[in-house]
Amino acid sequence: MESMVTYESDLNLEATKLRLGLPGIEEFEKQTLPNVRSNKRALLDMNQESGSKKSSDVSDVKKCDQEIAPAPKAQVVGWPPIRSYRKNCLQTKKTEAEAAGIYVKVSMDGAPYLRKIDLKVYKGYPELLKALEDMFKFTVGEYSEREGYNGSEYVPTYEDKDGDWMLVGDVPWDMFISSCKRLRIMKGSEARGLGCVV
Amino acid sequence: MTFFPEEVLEHIFSFLPSHQHRNSISLVSKTWFKVERLSRHRVFVGNCYALTPQRLIARFPRVRALTLKGKPHVADFNSVSPHWGCFVFPWIVALAQNCPSLQEIKLKRMVVSDNSLDLLSRSFPNFNSLVLVGCNGFTTDGLAAIASNCRLLEVLDLQENEVQEGISQWLSCFPESCTSLVSLNFASLKGQVDLTALEKLVARCPNLRSLRLNRTVPLDMLQKILVRAPQLVDLGIGSYVQQTRSESYVKLCNSVLNCKSVQNLSGFWEVFPPCLPAIYPVCWNLTSLNLSYARGIRGLHLNRLIRQCQKLQRLWILDCIGDMGLEVVANTCKDLQELRVFPSDPYNAISSVTEGGLVAISIGCPKLHSLLYFCLQMTNAALITIAKNCPNFTYFRLCILNPKMPDHITLQPLDEGFGAIVQSCKKLRRLSLSGFLTDKVFLYIGMYAEQLEMLSVAFAGKGDKGMLYVLNGCRNLRKLEIRDSPFDDAALLADVVKYERMRFLWISSCEVTLGGCKALAKKVPMLNVEIINEEDQMEENPDDSMKVEKMYLYRTLDGPRKDAPDFVWAL
Repeated sequence: MESMVTYESDLNLEATKLRLGLPGIEEFEKQTLPNVRSNKRALLDMNQESGSKKSSDVSDVKKCDQEIAPAPKAQVVGWPPIRSYRKNCLQTKKTEAEAAGIYVKVSMDGAPYLRKIDLKVYKGYPELLKALEDMFKFTVGEYSEREGYNGSEYVPTYEDKDGDWMLVGDVPWDMFISSCKRLRIMKGSEARGLGCVV
Repeated sequence: MTFFPEEVLEHIFSFLPSHQHRNSISLVSKTWFKVERLSRHRVFVGNCYALTPQRLIARFPRVRALTLKGKPHVADFNSVSPHWGCFVFPWIVALAQNCPSLQEIKLKRMVVSDNSLDLLSRSFPNFNSLVLVGCNGFTTDGLAAIASNCRLLEVLDLQENEVQEGISQWLSCFPESCTSLVSLNFASLKGQVDLTALEKLVARCPNLRSLRLNRTVPLDMLQKILVRAPQLVDLGIGSYVQQTRSESYVKLCNSVLNCKSVQNLSGFWEVFPPCLPAIYPVCWNLTSLNLSYARGIRGLHLNRLIRQCQKLQRLWILDCIGDMGLEVVANTCKDLQELRVFPSDPYNAISSVTEGGLVAISIGCPKLHSLLYFCLQMTNAALITIAKNCPNFTYFRLCILNPKMPDHITLQPLDEGFGAIVQSCKKLRRLSLSGFLTDKVFLYIGMYAEQLEMLSVAFAGKGDKGMLYVLNGCRNLRKLEIRDSPFDDAALLADVVKYERMRFLWISSCEVTLGGCKALAKKVPMLNVEIINEEDQMEENPDDSMKVEKMYLYRTLDGPRKDAPDFVWAL
């Protein structure tokens, strides 16, 4: 198992031997190790419809000797050969995500002061609502398109670019982030107007 | 034939399809040379430093359409400093003085300043087509000049340029009298455009066939545009985000139904995938689909979209499609000819496509002849299968993201796999290699790749014999780029005559020394040898044994260029 692979030998038995580790690490110095298993069966398992990243499938692959964390790649200049325009697009998307977030004020009816949160941190409504619930110690009800939030006195709302007060959850998340100017957690009778069913 | 009057010769020559043909016939006799050069209206210059603008104009004074290519291919990947050269300004100046009937310009990888665009816009009254690909150096102010001054503009096509935001709202500069637009592509611009101006512009240009929007154009504007221009053949969608329950979305669905001519679809810079069904009606006729910037379309949504596109001939996609998605492509797109799979996360070496996906494509799409494929792993067996299934490759570019990766199952070098490709694909014109390779692959290339015109090599080879095999065997080789390979002075100097037939040779991070380059420069006075050394080592009076960082060799009629910056040393 530890022997070197010599691909010059005729029979080349070493090469056809099933190995449980990654391909010849000793042979190729300066290699950054890939995130891919050499186990063929695992590959078929890994290609799910949702095109999930390989690193999340590590746990699916049994029998893997070594836990290979993705080596932080020392970037080789000009490699891989991707046009700089495309490269900048990829990086912008990442830095946009990392850059100054979208901070909005959050007020809660009855609370003595407001809070501020960064919307960019959340990937979607469930996380945002959970964060608000934790921050202000309340619970929202069950959301449905028809009835809004069902089962709680509290309703999360936001003010959009046009100055209207909207119910949180109606529009796609990306649209919400780009149009939300501030959040307000309404309570009680005022909330009813926006479709809260208590 | 030489007794024909010149008008007849000119008429006959007008049927020749390519500049290569015209180049050939111009060698027949002095008369033919003269007739040809005076009647050539479309001129292609593959390297802007191969000749001066003055020489071009002297030979082809009646040029009406000019294509100029600037920086070498590797410049696309940041291997060449932006100040290296290829400024278009001197060309525009010379053309403005001598060729007032210029109508079309296409520039690739050149530095284009706002001044150049401004001068261009004011110097040629019949100017109607500007195509810029991979250029930089200009802002939207330059575009404003084009929009304002080119009265007969038909084509403004901006592909993947680095454009800075200027002060002007360039799109609003198209005057009311401009009704001639046929093609407008601003998909790669980052800034906002005046949406009202856009809608009005589209409404008054009845010949508009191609429109590619950038990400700032929202979906409800797209809907209005489709109402105004149902005749579009080529559509690039900007932002595609809307609530599916909204009136806007319903209107969009209806507008799309009227667009029966769309054959090319691209864009989707922002997407809300549940809205995709609205465009399914155009997918049936699509021959070209570019989703390589559409990161929001994945998984089931992507597969469903692909299944609508049964007539697809060209597909550009991100690797998040995965092998499963490629199988959907293989089952659906039987007419597929060109496939490009781009990496969505190259720097973390994450990819969902493997050799399996490519094999599936080769089985399902036998007409495939052009491939660009980024992946993490490959095997010889897969390449051999692919070569057998698709013997018609003309372009084959495989990029394994990590350098020097062998066959991941047998751990062999990938020589046999690439060997199978060159042996099977007799029409192969362009090849890019990657993975772990020895000299054997170059032996195969030299033996079999007779039609090869361009070869890109990275992190390959074990000795220097490789290059000799290639240079001796590939008689049609015109462009060769080699990086990070054991290519040394002996190989460089072995057969210098070959270089005169090539457009360029690029070598970087190899074993070539300064002394070797100097020796080369002496042997080939007709060629420019440029050493690019951005580490400022030039000043120290370098030793001949110093390894050269980058060498660019190209043929030219006019000697070393005068605009080289300090870090470029012409030998």
